[in-house]
Amino acid sequence: MREVHVDQIRDTVSRLCQEASCLLPEDVVGALETAREREQSPVAVKVLDQILDNAELAREEMLPLCQDTGTTILFLDIGQDVHITGGDLRQALVEGVGAGYTKGYLRASIVDRPFSARTNTKDNTPPIVHTEIVPGESVRIQVMPKGGGCENMSRFTIMLPAAGKPGITEFLLQTVDESGGNPCPPIIAGVGVGGSAEHAMYMAKRALTRKIGDVNPDAEEAAFEAELLEAVNGLGVGPQAIGGTQTALAVHMMTHPTHIASLPVAVNLQCHSARLKEAVL
Amino acid sequence: MAEHQITLPLSDEVIESLHAGDYAFLTGSVLTARDVAHKRMVETLAKGDALPIDIRGELIYYVGPTPPKPGQVVGSAGPTTAMRMDPFTIPLLEAGLKGTIGKGGRGPEVAKALQEHRAVYFLAVGGAGALLSRHIKAVDVVAYEDLGTEAMRRMQFDGFPVVVCNDIHGGDALSLGKAQWRRSG
Repeated sequence: MREVHVDQIRDTVSRLCQEASCLLPEDVVGALETAREREQSPVAVKVLDQILDNAELAREEMLPLCQDTGTTILFLDIGQDVHITGGDLRQALVEGVGAGYTKGYLRASIVDRPFSARTNTKDNTPPIVHTEIVPGESVRIQVMPKGGGCENMSRFTIMLPAAGKPGITEFLLQTVDESGGNPCPPIIAGVGVGGSAEHAMYMAKRALTRKIGDVNPDAEEAAFEAELLEAVNGLGVGPQAIGGTQTALAVHMMTHPTHIASLPVAVNLQCHSARLKEAVL
Repeated sequence: MAEHQITLPLSDEVIESLHAGDYAFLTGSVLTARDVAHKRMVETLAKGDALPIDIRGELIYYVGPTPPKPGQVVGSAGPTTAMRMDPFTIPLLEAGLKGTIGKGGRGPEVAKALQEHRAVYFLAVGGAGALLSRHIKAVDVVAYEDLGTEAMRRMQFDGFPVVVCNDIHGGDALSLGKAQWRRSG
């Protein structure tokens, strides 16, 4: 049994919020550079140049990549041999996010009473927290500041099992096509297939934490992802929907066994500013 | 595609010369507003009252910046999704607004109203907020200060890069661009 103090978790979350908002992950920068090489529309190339220049400036001067520093999504993979000490884990996560957004001059975008008063909580708390219990004696924390523009374009459906691959393809294409410039393409498309209603959307989002270029370990899913990416890039939406060949940087899928009567499909889009930072305690 | 260096406010001659897909660099003063400020302005107009700031001839940039760090004029300041402002845009055009800046497309009713009121919708690159902040030289809150990041501000642009999306001739850069590059779907 290993002990991890909540203060360490709080301070790590605070640091990760600030770093994630300013430092675009290397795999995303690499994918944007590849997209810039492949893009055929001259207007879209200019857009990609601005996006790459923005990432460089943000990194050099520790500026937020985007003014929308997002809803703070936290993924915690907690080893089953870890004992969290010193206080309330949930409270530590809230304090970590609050400190990170305040110290980092990040935008507070969260409002309380969502259907009525919509009062800003002033420090971007509370975060959305997903925990999984995993083997081992460490705690992995991933911070994903998720922008509102792309999150608003999430879609979920439960298809008839007979819909199969063509149904999933059509649903993803329709989602990306109708979203246009709102999710800030070139996007990463997270697709969750199977499980239950809420688990499908969790998988769609969790799939966005996979590095671009890390191949899906399931060969059938990997092939389907490649097919979907090709189809999405054929839509012509392009960077910032200005028209072009590079609408998506990647399609990432996660699946789970599901009920004999169901084919749940969730799509969660990530903008080109695909911010994610992790630490292992 | 043409490139325009534009000094604000937008004149009718300049608006006439802009075509969907053109690049433009804006210098001069704009207003900013997001969702709640739009709702308040439209409610004020509906009551027949005067707006807290005159919007005749102005451009509104849809942005809610990050807080400036000490010594900064503004934090990161890229565009937000324009479509969310669609329900409020027509009354503002009727009140004399000459243009808007955001990301993503506009609905058909707003596109038509832009034409009717001889106003323009520009795209700025979403997610390039750090870079775009370098083209903003001064910022003052001018209305709805209680809204924090959503307060209305006046910003001084210096060569702020945009693309003409909806022009007064009926052109729409997003549908033209998509049609040109579409292979599937």
